[in-house]
Amino acid sequence: MPKLVTASRFADPDGAYLVLVEARRNLSETEAAELDAKLVFILANHIGDLDVLREAIALAKESR
Amino acid sequence: MSATRKSVYHYGYRRARDQDAQAVVRHPVVVVGAGPVGLAAAIDLALRGVPVVLLDDADRIGEGSRGICWSKRTLEILDRLGVGEQLVERGVTWKLGKVFCGEELLFSFDLLPEEGHKMPAFINLQQFYLEKALVDRALELENIDLRGKNRVVGLDRLNDGARLTVETPEGRYRLDADWLVAADGARSTLRGLLGLDFAGVTFEDKFLIADVRMAADFPTERRFWFAPSFHSGQSALMHRQPDNVWRIDLQLGPDADPVAEQEPGRVRARLENVLAPHAFELEWVSIYTFNCRRLDRFVHDRVIFIGDAAHQVSPFGARGANSGIQDAENLAWKLAALLKREADDALISSYERERIQAADENIGHSTRSTDFMSPHSGAERRLRDAVLALAPRVEFARRMVNSGRLSVATVYDSPLSTADVERFAGAAKLGAPLPDAPLERRDGTPAHLLESLRGGFEIVYVKNGNAVPTAPRGVALTVIGEDLLDRQGLFAERFDATPGAAYLVRPDQHLCARWRSFDADAVERAHQRALQR
Repeated sequence: MPKLVTASRFADPDGAYLVLVEARRNLSETEAAELDAKLVFILANHIGDLDVLREAIALAKESR
Repeated sequence: MSATRKSVYHYGYRRARDQDAQAVVRHPVVVVGAGPVGLAAAIDLALRGVPVVLLDDADRIGEGSRGICWSKRTLEILDRLGVGEQLVERGVTWKLGKVFCGEELLFSFDLLPEEGHKMPAFINLQQFYLEKALVDRALELENIDLRGKNRVVGLDRLNDGARLTVETPEGRYRLDADWLVAADGARSTLRGLLGLDFAGVTFEDKFLIADVRMAADFPTERRFWFAPSFHSGQSALMHRQPDNVWRIDLQLGPDADPVAEQEPGRVRARLENVLAPHAFELEWVSIYTFNCRRLDRFVHDRVIFIGDAAHQVSPFGARGANSGIQDAENLAWKLAALLKREADDALISSYERERIQAADENIGHSTRSTDFMSPHSGAERRLRDAVLALAPRVEFARRMVNSGRLSVATVYDSPLSTADVERFAGAAKLGAPLPDAPLERRDGTPAHLLESLRGGFEIVYVKNGNAVPTAPRGVALTVIGEDLLDRQGLFAERFDATPGAAYLVRPDQHLCARWRSFDADAVERAHQRALQR
């Protein structure tokens, strides 16, 4: 039974996308990668569930 | 660096009677390797009434610090062996660790935040002091036959034992053992003679390890730096030892040249960066890399591997010598029980099972620490650096920072344990060493729980009215509330003890069964189970 929620949860998906894009605006590749790395840990800890994290990683690896 | 290592103690070579015997002499136990692990095994066996022949290819204790951090559980074992108190007195007691990133303190940790334990979380002490104490102790015991300059060069397996060929300054001789304990270290000769595979992960990063003598008033704590300005881009570790000696461990990266890095000028320059403005003398220096690996099996018929001969880890976490001494303790009472026919050979397979669990735990921690300290790629480094960048601000990231998770005793998932029927809270865990607790003897003098245990199987029973139970044969009985008083209530707290509760303790001080009330049959069944009968 998958635990990862993949149904859309943002009332305003465009707004969520915009927030993530704006966080990167004017950053170099390296700066953006560093930001992403921190974001990954912050969000992973917020989820706090290794099963969900593993499912998310699997999904990310499969959608190339 | 062994070429520059001076001898701190010489116990010498003496001709043994076995060398002149007509027939090959057979001994119940031969231990090969008189390092901390082999010595601990020999002493533990001897104290349990088993005569031991202890062979070593050298006849001296070498200088050079090697292991320095001795953990609480190791100290508790050494205390049972009779050398714990003197080592604590000689060593530097510490329990605080600090982790820095650059010059900024990320966090500190306290390895023993509570009172009421006889032994501290850790002491730092040069390995040769520990070995000297153990050699002195071994020489006090009549049933230990320590033979220096006895190098094993041949091993033949017998149906019910092993035959060794041993080389001495006066030629070769043979001797037989019912049980052969291989404590001959990371480069184990016996492992080679049996042709056993010792595969695992080799890490490419090179480290500079140095002991320096200097008068400095840095606090007594473990200090670890990620990317300090005094050692750019790499990690550094500093630890205090007795005699104004400090251990410095510097990560040099995978490309460092081991020869160039040991040039005195180069070493000095690196250390000056770390230690300025303090003046220092260099005591000992070496470059090392490390492996995380173990034997598939620790028991090969009558040949049993313990310590570095069986498994190796990185030094971060102090899991090498400490786990070896814990192997020795796990094995000693089981071998003694077998030789006294109190148990069957099945008990030995529990040594393998319990200590492989411990080895895998140590290898797991060690590998994860190393992955954190030495990321394998730019992408991994970016993740690691993200954790370090978040650590000053948020607790969850601090808990991910891994500079070595320090050795604690393994909680055995063991066939020797009888599963709890009732619920128990508290620090005591089935399959783990008992937590220590401060108590009072009947004459009013203070005592600790662990030092009061008698070394065999024992029921620790909590007084309930005047009726005192009768323990089964082969099991000692200690009554809390009568033999020992729990004035501070810490025994009750740590064992979740209620009147009438009974705890069955193994000879190695591990908890193997507990009940809310005493039932002689249940205790006997648990006792037999712990002996695998």
